[in-house]
Amino acid sequence: MAQPRFIVVGGGLAGLMTTIKVCEAGYPVDLFSIVPVKRSHSVCAQGGINASVNVKGEGDSPQVHFYETVKGGDFLGNQPLAKGMCEAAPGIVFLLDRMGVPFNRTPEGNLDFRRFGGTLFSRTAFVGATTGQQMLYALDEQVRRYEAEGLVEKYEFWDFLSAVLDGEGVCRGIAAQDLRTMEIKAFPADAVCLATGGCGIIYGKSTNSMVCTGTAASAVYQQGAHYANGEFIQVHPTGIPGEDKLRLMSESARGEGGRIWVPRDGTPWYFLEEKYPKYGNLVPRDIASREIFHVCRVLKLGVDGKDVVYLDVSHIPRETLNRKLGGILEIYEKFAGDDPRKVPMKVFPCVHYSMGGLWIDYEADADGNPKVGNPRNHQTNIPGLFAAGEVDYEYHGANRLGANSLLSTFYAGMLCGPAMVSHATNLDRSASAVPSSVFEAERQRQQEMTEQICRMDGSENPYVIHKELGEIMTDNVTVVRYNENLQATDNAIRAFQERWRRTNIQDATRWANQAVPFTRALRNMLELARVITLGALRRDESRGAHYKPDFPERNDPQWLKTTKATWSPGGPVFSYDPVDSSLLKPELRKY
Amino acid sequence: MPQRIEFRIRRQDSPQAPPRWEEFSVPYRPNMNVISTLMEIQRNPVTRDGKRTSPPVWESNCLEEVCGACSMLINGRVRQACSALIDHLTQPIVLKPMSKFPVVRDLIVDRSRMFAALTRVRAWVPIDGTHALGAGPRVDPHGQERAYALSRCMTCGCCLEACPQVNARSDFMGAFVFAQVELHNMHPTGAMHAGERLEAVMGLGGIADCANAQNCVAVCPKEIPLTEAIAEVGRQTTKYMVRRFFWR
Repeated sequence: MAQPRFIVVGGGLAGLMTTIKVCEAGYPVDLFSIVPVKRSHSVCAQGGINASVNVKGEGDSPQVHFYETVKGGDFLGNQPLAKGMCEAAPGIVFLLDRMGVPFNRTPEGNLDFRRFGGTLFSRTAFVGATTGQQMLYALDEQVRRYEAEGLVEKYEFWDFLSAVLDGEGVCRGIAAQDLRTMEIKAFPADAVCLATGGCGIIYGKSTNSMVCTGTAASAVYQQGAHYANGEFIQVHPTGIPGEDKLRLMSESARGEGGRIWVPRDGTPWYFLEEKYPKYGNLVPRDIASREIFHVCRVLKLGVDGKDVVYLDVSHIPRETLNRKLGGILEIYEKFAGDDPRKVPMKVFPCVHYSMGGLWIDYEADADGNPKVGNPRNHQTNIPGLFAAGEVDYEYHGANRLGANSLLSTFYAGMLCGPAMVSHATNLDRSASAVPSSVFEAERQRQQEMTEQICRMDGSENPYVIHKELGEIMTDNVTVVRYNENLQATDNAIRAFQERWRRTNIQDATRWANQAVPFTRALRNMLELARVITLGALRRDESRGAHYKPDFPERNDPQWLKTTKATWSPGGPVFSYDPVDSSLLKPELRKY
Repeated sequence: MPQRIEFRIRRQDSPQAPPRWEEFSVPYRPNMNVISTLMEIQRNPVTRDGKRTSPPVWESNCLEEVCGACSMLINGRVRQACSALIDHLTQPIVLKPMSKFPVVRDLIVDRSRMFAALTRVRAWVPIDGTHALGAGPRVDPHGQERAYALSRCMTCGCCLEACPQVNARSDFMGAFVFAQVELHNMHPTGAMHAGERLEAVMGLGGIADCANAQNCVAVCPKEIPLTEAIAEVGRQTTKYMVRRFFWR
């Protein structure tokens, strides 16, 4: 049989770690990315990566980390993968340290750890406040090493269009477009990994980078891949409002002692500390965001009557701030114009992370430990198509704990790479034996769809439609959700889909054209927006990031279930799977 | 306070096409930056004199100055467009692509030479594998602070744009690469292979081509101590050459 071929789409942490794992097994990888991989969205992760190394002698352990991850996710996550992740975490941080990630140190030269939300332990290793950037650079360097050896071929500035599926529905490769020449090509592979990140751009402005449109996930969803738990969108409590994006002010600001307050009767009211004496400002994100919404929208106590609360680090010594939080304080200073070392920062909750994503499988042993190397791990319901990172729906349940995302991307790669190798080396028929007509047919289909977009000469501007989509999604499908508004949002999305058909592409240039891929992504965003909105409409309970005042309690008998959306021409069709709660019994989530 | 923001943008349809200028006028809102005004032009791609045009294209991603994508010349100065706040810029705001890299289209340039340089100097720590090998080496906290200052380089290209030694007649790799050499030569494992990196910077386009103009450190958006890194790598190469001479 011919040498198996591998494609990884996306060069963030999950994609790069998957690539490294496949290369270590001795196989070459074709690595596709819209941007040079070093500019992927992982660079935006700030606060750190969780690992229960117990450096501070607090009695922390991976078992506690596992429990808090599951509880933080309001028991919606499948437990074996979370268990595997938390147990692997200390080894992952040691490995990153070996790769040269310049983690902050204790005076003794050990890795330093700080506190984050949803835990009472110092569990978060960090590099100043740009931990994601530093981790990505370390993996980028390891992949560059493989590239120099000839094992990795990069396709940067390429846009993923679709999976190539054969007559049996098996993924045999991808179709992609060169964003400079605009050429569309099909590429064969025996295993394909989508590591294409989240979908925050559906909300217009979020903490996400411009490439986080969810277009790739939506494309394969429309080809039959299940999309799970789409309604679970994390709204981070502390973002800096902005015209072009909402910049994150990391939870680490609170982990290092930052306090949230609003003025009440002329004095600061530390409402989180008052209501949650044990966890204080470090309650999980869903809870903090809801409390801030309550203070601003219901009590009308936002700063100057606006949707703003203070995040205050001005009482912390300047030297400590610069050493541990320098990166994010610079961001605030540059973009908001004030020095947070002197005055409290003005922040408000903003869309941050998608817990939901492409449905993936896994295989665990009788004790609930994931079996590394099993081909089911991270495989979608389309055979040969894998997903890893924010684009998959696993690990975080209904709400992600801070500093668990860097961990989950990395661990996903550690599981996904070996799974792809097992899958590809055990195929009856390799991609190279698939008739070229299969690839040509998909290339042709994508070529025609792109030509259609190039010819669009209606009256609508795609960027305007996108802005309006973002506004209505942010208004109705974030922190507080009402069924009436969710239904109205879906109606609006369908109206946007109609307007999309009347787009004017505005740019006839057949070279480095940005309007064409954006218009294509917008179409895909609209499909995914319906999955998020209708998933939320149907789930009549409150759990983690999904909160409905009309259904304020968690309802386990009815809703301790994974939402699975399947594409149909008329819209998403929903089904529900049981959650694997075999290791920890669901209990009331209190902080 | 201005009611509108006036822009002059250098357009170029392809690497071969002749450049041209277009002017735009965008309604003012507080807290705008160059990217958010370019987005406004996308939503209404009409020039100042009312002519419909294609929206200008540019490269950007994170919009918070950590990805390095959106470098361009803004009023003649190379910087990140996302952190260029309109309130701090004199108008008309003039946008041009960086001049030291081949133009792809409009404000997009091809910076692949920078990534090639990172390959050439072997800017990585050669680990034995990703399997469990226990904790990494202990690092003194001061060393970590130095390493972190160097490792924040986002390959944005500002230091190349500002450097007189980077031009059509030279192969100079640019200041950023020496910070990466110093960084990887500092790491306890990376140090074991320092010689390979020093060999690379002793070749064509390497350390000898730096003429000490010090423009790089003035424009670096991450305030990386580039001139110190160049000096340090210079010292390392000298020592290395002497050692190599006696080993032969």
